[in-house]
Amino acid sequence: MPNNYIPVFDPASAHTEAISHLFITVLVVCAVILLIVIGMVAIGLLRFRQRPGSVDPPPHFGNRQLELLWTIGPTLIVIWLFILTARGMRESDPIPPPNLEPDLVIIGHQFWWEVRYPKAGVITANEIHLPTGTKWLVRMESADVIHDFWMPELARKIQLIPGQTNHLWLDAKKPGRFLGNCVEYCGVEHAWMLAVVVMESPEDFAAWLRGQQKPAPSPAMDSTRNGLQVFTAQTCVNCHAIRGVSTPAAGAAPDLTHVADRSILGAGALANSATNLFRWLKNPQAIKPGCLMPNLKLTDAQAGALTEYLEDLQ
Amino acid sequence: MSATVSTTSAMATPEAEEKSRGLYGWVATVDHKRIGILYLLTTLFFFMVGGVEALLMRIQLARPNNNFISPDAFGQLFTMHGTTMIFLVVMPTLIGLANYLVPLMIGARDMAFPRLNAFGYWMLPFGGLLLHYSLLTGGAPAVGWFSYAPLSETAYASTSGTDYWGLALLVIGIGSVAASINLIATILTLRAPGLTIRRLPLFVWMVFINSFLVILALPFLNAAIVMLFIDRHLGAHFFMPSHGGSAVLWQHFFWAFGHPEVYIMVLPAFGIISEIVPVFARRPIFGYEFVAGSTVAIALLSFGVWAHHMFAVGLGHPIDMFFSATSLLIAVPTGIKVFAWSATLWGGSIRLTTAMLFAMAFLIQFTIGGLSGVTFAVVPIDWQVTGTYYLVAHFHYVLFGGTFFAVFAAVYYWFPKMSGRMLSEKLGQLNFWTAVIGFNTTFFVQHFLGLMGMPRRVYTYADLPGWGWLNLISTLGAFLLGFSVLLLLCNIIISLRRGRPAGDNPWQAWTLEWAATSPPPEQNFDCVPPINSRRPLWDLAHPENPDPIVGGPQSIDGFVLEKNRVGMVTFLVSESCFFLMLILAWLFYNSRAMTGPSPASTLDAHKTGLFTLCLLASSLTIWLAERQLRAGRPGWFRGLLGLTILLGAVFIVGQGREYFRLYHQGIVVSSNLFTTTFFTLTGFHGLHVCVGLVLLLILLGLSLAGDFKQGRLEAVKSIGLYWHFVDIVWIVVFSVIYLKLLL
Repeated sequence: MPNNYIPVFDPASAHTEAISHLFITVLVVCAVILLIVIGMVAIGLLRFRQRPGSVDPPPHFGNRQLELLWTIGPTLIVIWLFILTARGMRESDPIPPPNLEPDLVIIGHQFWWEVRYPKAGVITANEIHLPTGTKWLVRMESADVIHDFWMPELARKIQLIPGQTNHLWLDAKKPGRFLGNCVEYCGVEHAWMLAVVVMESPEDFAAWLRGQQKPAPSPAMDSTRNGLQVFTAQTCVNCHAIRGVSTPAAGAAPDLTHVADRSILGAGALANSATNLFRWLKNPQAIKPGCLMPNLKLTDAQAGALTEYLEDLQ
Repeated sequence: MSATVSTTSAMATPEAEEKSRGLYGWVATVDHKRIGILYLLTTLFFFMVGGVEALLMRIQLARPNNNFISPDAFGQLFTMHGTTMIFLVVMPTLIGLANYLVPLMIGARDMAFPRLNAFGYWMLPFGGLLLHYSLLTGGAPAVGWFSYAPLSETAYASTSGTDYWGLALLVIGIGSVAASINLIATILTLRAPGLTIRRLPLFVWMVFINSFLVILALPFLNAAIVMLFIDRHLGAHFFMPSHGGSAVLWQHFFWAFGHPEVYIMVLPAFGIISEIVPVFARRPIFGYEFVAGSTVAIALLSFGVWAHHMFAVGLGHPIDMFFSATSLLIAVPTGIKVFAWSATLWGGSIRLTTAMLFAMAFLIQFTIGGLSGVTFAVVPIDWQVTGTYYLVAHFHYVLFGGTFFAVFAAVYYWFPKMSGRMLSEKLGQLNFWTAVIGFNTTFFVQHFLGLMGMPRRVYTYADLPGWGWLNLISTLGAFLLGFSVLLLLCNIIISLRRGRPAGDNPWQAWTLEWAATSPPPEQNFDCVPPINSRRPLWDLAHPENPDPIVGGPQSIDGFVLEKNRVGMVTFLVSESCFFLMLILAWLFYNSRAMTGPSPASTLDAHKTGLFTLCLLASSLTIWLAERQLRAGRPGWFRGLLGLTILLGAVFIVGQGREYFRLYHQGIVVSSNLFTTTFFTLTGFHGLHVCVGLVLLLILLGLSLAGDFKQGRLEAVKSIGLYWHFVDIVWIVVFSVIYLKLLL
């Protein structure tokens, strides 16, 4: 669960802090202008209400000085806002040096986020861990349609566009768990394309990354072995990668090597728990209709075994 | 003296009266007043449809994790709601009002082209039907009202809903352009004597400027939709990145239309407010010149801000900053208007009728929406709030709290003129208060939802703190708003039968429409009052204190133009914009490296050059033909006209043979982006040539049949203009595609 009520005004990084301050400044300016207009209207309506028996007042056609005032004044204000804008852009979205290798690659799919740590050789999905205190350069790509990645406490939003790469800096000043949505309508299950970013201390992050780098643990018990059998016998292996078990075409479906570690399933459609995973495996279309995982019509036994195996993959 | 009142067959003959009675009279009408009312009734119907779509969505969103509406149905609902409200409600309502009011306000008998007017109207129900027909063929479009690629390509949107969306918009767009050409021609050529441009009522002025926005911006949309169709049905890849196309280009093309479109949806509303506030404050508008001038500034700037809808695309800081600057700047002329309307109240004697109440609500609500728009122009803020409910709140504040409240005001203000009866003020007050409370309850909380992280276009959301109850409040507000619309409907229906008779000028207003009866007779005026200022009826009522005389027939704005020429030139300017998009697509794609057929390997520049010479020669021959007609030598006219047709036909046959040759080599529109842009650009040009040939053949036929009075000269000159335009476009196309091969 997010720890903030209004994330846009609860920045956790220097970048979003810059935006938050700018936003408040601009809102104050807007509020003042709005109050002036409301004042002009409200006071005008009260003072110049038609009295009974009054005639039309003598015509008055304007006042050039006043009109120039409310032309030049706002022009000066918008010039000032533009200067703030230019500065705010630099502070909140520094342009990465060219040819810098990204630390993280996010590829948007209908309806999940593929997450790769190229320097560590790690591939995961939907849940991103990062160390606090350093800026990570993220490269954004899309495998199908336009998506938009948005972590309001951490960074500006940026579209993931097929045929193009975009870049984003992700960093946080202190640890926390942050929730974000896809923000560009990408199809029928756009609503359930959440991402989780866990900002943790460098030590915790290193431990997590080491865990992710290992291949999937081999099943230790009968129940989990049965689950692995279901995984390989059913068509799961055609889409889902589990390092050490299956290597389908890249990006066909979320990598499940350490799926038990994640806090969400189905890109946010469910919280990760054995009960929920069982429900999902029985019929993903009932929970997230239109997602690209078909209903494999597993029996209860098959789904149960598979759940046990997958919840073992930490 | 321009063709206004006296030259028309104003006397209603028995046959004319017979024909205008009953349903047939309405269906077959070319009277601008009836057409205006038809527009308004049609848009009222679609407003209900769009409103129901909105309420269904709000029910679904009232609670988290709701399952009242499926995600697929929800996608169709928000797409249809947006498309309906924009293209089937707001735009045509404003066009309908303009249709009804502009001829009356300028002292004319009707629009410049009454039959074109009817045609433009009928495109509206036709387009609406097309859009909704999709429900029977696999589902309504579900890719959002702006249909981003590649989501709108067949790979991701396989039902024909997207196709019906495109077809409907093309049809309605043609209707809007026709209406705007008509309005421009009417305002430029049919003003009553004394009504110079500087004396125009502000509603007419804003509609005039707005009409230019329509004719320039709609072609951008038409070009984009055409390209999408070529992708979807002919296997091309304009917008498919997987095959070299560009998804971002769709965004550029769409928003090049889409941004002027939002001003198209608001300028006439500004005009409405500029008429209503002075009348109920009993004072002329504060600073007419600044209000009129700022309208031009908005119109010009509106073409330079489109990429502020694309700040999240990653276009790069320099481009983002340019569009930020222009978007911030466009706030200034808008602010000028808001201050002018507010200042008009001061020193006045204000009557808070229902129309005035809605106008006052417009002022505040539009300002809120405009200011939230300013926050979007500050790029880093946009990077946080775009694509969220904060954006949804912004555009509903300007389009509903702004434009549609102005429309409500217009209904209360002009309903007496249209029907001869007053709307009930009691019901009106109830209508107003439920609307204001309902509207603000629905949409103000959505600003917060956006700041709290809620994206737009989601069919449901997680149970995050505050999201549930804020959404519930919004839903309750929406139902109150819906109820207020029902009150308006009741008011209209009841008042049509039992409203107090209005008389000619129930509001003691000052523009010309109030000099006619309520409702006006078919010919509008038997006699137009003398016009020496911006408020002719004030001058009549206050001969001891008339308004200062503004300009005059001898001044520069007292010109009179010929309507066929104006109509054709306006149309050609519009078509240029269409070709501009096709040429830009050509330049964009052919500047990139690509494999497959290329101009050098496939095109025969010399042969095409020869056919080009024929086409250019045909421009000469038609010009000569015109001269012969003017000199009274019909034989020569027909000969030269025939030669023109022949030369044009040679060009088309040559083009056709070129296409044939390429087709036989397996080079088709889907081969690569060179062939796609080549066939699209030359194909549409060829289509225009064919249409021109048909027009010329009709002229030749009429001339041979002897049905060629002197008055046809204007028609010949207009068609000649069209033909020259086709040639000029070809010169550009030839230079862009073929010239490099010849050098």
